[in-house]
Amino acid sequence: MVTLNNTLTVEDVWGLLNQIIDPDIPVINIVELGLVRNVKIGTNNCIVVTLTPSYSGCPAMHVFKEEITTLLKENGANAVEIVTTLLPAWSTDWLSAETKAKLKHYGIAPPQGLASDNKFLFSTKKIICPRCESNNTKLISQFGSTACKALYKCDACEETFDYFKCH
Amino acid sequence: MNSTNNALYNYCLRLADNNLILGQRLAEWCSQGPTLEEDLALTNISLDLIGQAESFYEFATTFTEANCTADDLAFLRSEREFVNNVLVEQPNGDFAYTIMKQFLFSTFAKHLYTALANSSNQTICGLATKGLKEVNYHYMHSSQWLIRLGNGTDKSKEKIQFAANDLWCFTKDMFEMNSVDTLLIEQNITINLSTIYTPWKNDIEQVFKIATIDLPTDTNKIIGGIKGIHTEHLGHILCEMQYLQRAHPGAKW
Ligand SMILES: [Zn+2]
Repeated sequence: MVTLNNTLTVEDVWGLLNQIIDPDIPVINIVELGLVRNVKIGTNNCIVVTLTPSYSGCPAMHVFKEEITTLLKENGANAVEIVTTLLPAWSTDWLSAETKAKLKHYGIAPPQGLASDNKFLFSTKKIICPRCESNNTKLISQFGSTACKALYKCDACEETFDYFKCH
Repeated sequence: MNSTNNALYNYCLRLADNNLILGQRLAEWCSQGPTLEEDLALTNISLDLIGQAESFYEFATTFTEANCTADDLAFLRSEREFVNNVLVEQPNGDFAYTIMKQFLFSTFAKHLYTALANSSNQTICGLATKGLKEVNYHYMHSSQWLIRLGNGTDKSKEKIQFAANDLWCFTKDMFEMNSVDTLLIEQNITINLSTIYTPWKNDIEQVFKIATIDLPTDTNKIIGGIKGIHTEHLGHILCEMQYLQRAHPGAKW
C-alpha cells in the first residue's frame, strides 16, 4: 500500500503506538513502558519514532521496531524511521502508578523502590505478593521467566509469582 | 580513521568481545543447568551479555567502513583479532567453576561500568549506565551462590575453592592496558584500570570471607587478551559460534 501523502498527525502516531503491547507483559504497551521517547514528522513526511531500549538483550526490541513500522504504514504513513537513543537510560522509575497497578492486577509484582537508589537494589526488603498482599514471601531465583523478572514464592497463599525488578 | 576514533573502535571491541564470549560460554549451560531456575538464570545472564555485546559492536561499526555490521564483527573476525580478556574464554567446568568465573568478571564489570557511566563520550556513558543495572544483578547472583557453595557441603566448598585457585591467574588480564587506554584516558572517555583494581579486590575479599574460602596467592599470571593473544580455548568457542556464518555467509534467521 502506497499513499502519496502522509495523513497521520503526531497525536495519531502516539495513539497507534499505544496499541503495541509488550509480549512478555501483555497488559501494558510500549508507551506505558516508557520505551517511546519522541515522535515527530520529519522531512518528506517521514515519521520518526525515537525508542530507548529497556534491557540490552531484550529480544522484544527487534519485534517492536517491525511492529511500529508495519502498523504506521498500514495507517497511512509513507515512510517510518526508528531512531534509538541511549540517554537517559531507561529505568523502571518511569513506570507510572497506573502502569504498576496494571502489572499487579496481571499478577506481576511491580518494582518496589527506585532503581536510581542502590539502597533498594541491594536491600533485602520483602516483596509484596501481588495476589494476597502478604509480605511473607521469599526469593526463589534472581532471574525468572525473563531477565527483567525475578521469581518469588508467597508463603501465605503458596503461589509463586514474578517480580518486575528495579532497573 | 583518526587516532581517537581508532582507539574508540578498539575499546568498544574489547568491551563487546568480553561480553560476547562470556555470553556464549553461559549459553552452553542451556538445558544443562543444575535446576530449571538456575538454567533460566544462567541463560538470562547470557542474554544480557550478548545484548551488551551487540550494542558495543553497533557503536564500533560507526568507526568502520559503511557496510560493516555488528554481525560481521562478531562472526567474521579471527582468534587473533578478538581482544577479550583470557578469563571469559575459559571453559565452564562445573557449576561452581562457572559461578566463580561469573563472580570475578561481574565484580570487574560493576566497577568498570560505574566509572564509564561518567565517560565524556555520550554513547559509552549511555551503554555503561544501562549495562550497570544488569551487571548489578549478575554480581548479586554469583556472589550469593558463591557464599552458598562456600558454606555448603565439604564437596561444594572444595569445588568453589578449586575454582578460585584455578581461575585466579587469569584475573590480572582484566586490568591490562595499552596505548588505546592512554589516548582515551586523556580525553576522559575511559579510566585508568588500575584505579578499580583495589575496589575490585576489596569486593572479592569481602565475599570470599563470608563464603569462608581463601584468597588465592598471586603467583603466576596469564595475560595477553587485549593484544589478541589467547589461551587455546578461544579458538574452539569461535569455531562453534562462527561456523554457520562462515559456512553460509550472510545467512539470516
Ligand atoms: Zn500471596
